[in-house]
Amino acid sequence: MTEQEYILARRSEPWREELRKSVKAKERGERPRVHMPELDAEYRSHSLKEEVNLGLSADQAVFEAGRCLDCANPTCMEGCPVGIQIPSFIKNIERGDFLEAAKVLKETSALPAVCGRVCPQEKQCEAKCIYIQKMKKEPVAIGYLERFAADYERESGQVSMPEMAPANGIKIAAVGSGPAGLAFAGDMAKLGYDVTVFEALHEIGGVLKYGIPEFRLPNKIVDVEIDVLRKMGVKFVNNCIVGKTISREDLLEEGYKGIFAASGAGLPNFMNIPGENLIGVMSCNEFLTRVNLMDASNPESDTPVQMGKKVAVIGAGNTAMDAVRTAKRLGAEKAYIVYRRSEEEMPARIEEVKHAKEEGIIFHTLHNPLRYEGDDKGHVQRMLLQKMELGEPDASGRRKPVPIEGATEWFDVDQVIVSVGVSPNPLIPSTFKGLEVSKWGTIVVNQDTMQSALPEVYAGGDIVRGGATVILAMGDGRKAAVAMDKAIQYKE
Amino acid sequence: MNKIVDKEYFSENVVKFEVEAPLIARSRKAGHFVIVRVGEKGERIPLTIAASDVAKGTITIVIQAVGASSKKICALNIGDYITDVVGPLGQATHIENYGTVICAGGGVGIAPMLPIIEAMKKAGNKVISVIAARTKDLVILEEQVAEYSDEVIVMTDDGSYGQKGLITNGIETVINREKVDLCVTIGPAIMMKFVSLLTKKYEIPTMASLNTIMVDGTGMCGACRITVGGKTKFVCVDGPEFNAHEVDFDEMLMRLKAYN
Repeated sequence: MTEQEYILARRSEPWREELRKSVKAKERGERPRVHMPELDAEYRSHSLKEEVNLGLSADQAVFEAGRCLDCANPTCMEGCPVGIQIPSFIKNIERGDFLEAAKVLKETSALPAVCGRVCPQEKQCEAKCIYIQKMKKEPVAIGYLERFAADYERESGQVSMPEMAPANGIKIAAVGSGPAGLAFAGDMAKLGYDVTVFEALHEIGGVLKYGIPEFRLPNKIVDVEIDVLRKMGVKFVNNCIVGKTISREDLLEEGYKGIFAASGAGLPNFMNIPGENLIGVMSCNEFLTRVNLMDASNPESDTPVQMGKKVAVIGAGNTAMDAVRTAKRLGAEKAYIVYRRSEEEMPARIEEVKHAKEEGIIFHTLHNPLRYEGDDKGHVQRMLLQKMELGEPDASGRRKPVPIEGATEWFDVDQVIVSVGVSPNPLIPSTFKGLEVSKWGTIVVNQDTMQSALPEVYAGGDIVRGGATVILAMGDGRKAAVAMDKAIQYKE
Repeated sequence: MNKIVDKEYFSENVVKFEVEAPLIARSRKAGHFVIVRVGEKGERIPLTIAASDVAKGTITIVIQAVGASSKKICALNIGDYITDVVGPLGQATHIENYGTVICAGGGVGIAPMLPIIEAMKKAGNKVISVIAARTKDLVILEEQVAEYSDEVIVMTDDGSYGQKGLITNGIETVINREKVDLCVTIGPAIMMKFVSLLTKKYEIPTMASLNTIMVDGTGMCGACRITVGGKTKFVCVDGPEFNAHEVDFDEMLMRLKAYN
């Protein structure tokens, strides 16, 4: 059965036909999109661990699910990197079978509760929804509904296992336990493989644990989804750095037939400007790792973290928003985003920018730091900012920031968090002899199969893309699993 | 979880642990370090691997109780577990036959110097070890150092053992006496700074093994960054050893005080 035939077969199940007829399409189209309830902005800006978005109620979810027209050709699915059967799960919500909706999600996604929270749906599934494409209306809240179904299942205590093929005994390794590695592991386990995930840190989850804060993605939600993988037979080895603790040769010797490299883009970029090594200037990775992974703001934790009163975060991606909102929650009186372009060019999700503004974050756009100065103890005290204006669009289509000559100003800060991008982790590229590596340090793969120049090594996520998104990493993991399975079956 | 199989006090505050870590024992080389964490609320701290036993599957680490975390580790006993041990990390020491090598270790830095002394000797170098401590009780591993050294010079600040004076006094005696091809130094940052200033005067190539603040130890945060030859480097992945004459020790000393 082709994908299209499968979608149509499901769509023509009697209950779905009946459900479609139960409400007129016109009436569905007139319903307003649901609003996500959230914590009060003033309250939440002091609460590090409480999630901002509260999730939909069952009534809200059923009503919103009713907006979905159950298209015969669901374009929304084209926008989902892991190919979730979107109308199928949504129609299950509409008929009130929330557990079945969660099951549908798990057919293709190892981490639905995560994706429902952190995916930029406005650029993916929801951007392809017929409401926005053809009807100039707000798209169906697919992300909210995904989150609802996954949360409902978790809270019900009746977490289902996906359908599993019989064990085939073939050993497969995933390097890195971030979203790409977890998605790959889930799919390979479903296909019957004996999967082991190797993780360098002491916690499983990659950026989901050390990067994305609790107020956006609670760790306990990530852990429940990882536990499902464990119950599916996936093994996790933490504190093990492939390339250092064990080599590719060790893995092959131990009988691993395939390796999926998903070691991410964890290396922080700095701007290499004077004073950047002063105390109080740090990468967003260091700041977020201390707070999220090491729980540094908890007095019981041995790990310290600086908590500035006047904190500037340099950059305007999602990581910058996470860092600045975290700084505010740790007690910053003034927390700034300093960005060299204007608000329109910000790469962060619109929702994150909106949340940040509501929480009192001050946006200082069209400014770029030139240097930092410290006090006599080497602690950062102020920074010199260059004022910018927007010039012509660059290759990526964004208008290029140009310095306004002579327009500089000093700005008082006591903490600076540098969030100007990340680079691929060089560990796998430098220790796997024979890999093809791009000039940016990413692993070169066949785009269709994710296979690298080493036949048994596949790669995906940020180590292939540079800094990208959770869902694209997961999509790569799925693609690699399909291709690796085919290659191994062909050989057997 | 990594079991502690042996514990020995070198002095009141300096403890040697032998810890089960078979994979690390097999893959480590001289100069490598590990990150350890004790307890679920523990912090991640770097410690150099002083020795390993592949047959037993153990590594040896030497710790001085100076702060909360190192005191917590030093309080562990045989049979206890270290929650997390990850490694081997960093670049291994570049070992070759240089000719005559001075290995200058200060205080607890003598422990991570030991595998380098051994490797340098096995590579055919004439090894002169200069080991220094504040006082007699803090001189550690003298016998083990002697085993692979052509000569050992012990310096104490107060003259309670060996010669009275600083490590630089010991090094300078050797330099004045014979041709030295390389100096390797491990110890407190302030000591390495003065060793570096001395050997720079005599134009003797010098490597220093730096001990900065670290979090992950795998290059993803930059907490350990320092300036070497005008460029920012991450000690955990680019080091821990660097050309001492290019290291901005003043900046390093400043950054070490970030959480004091």
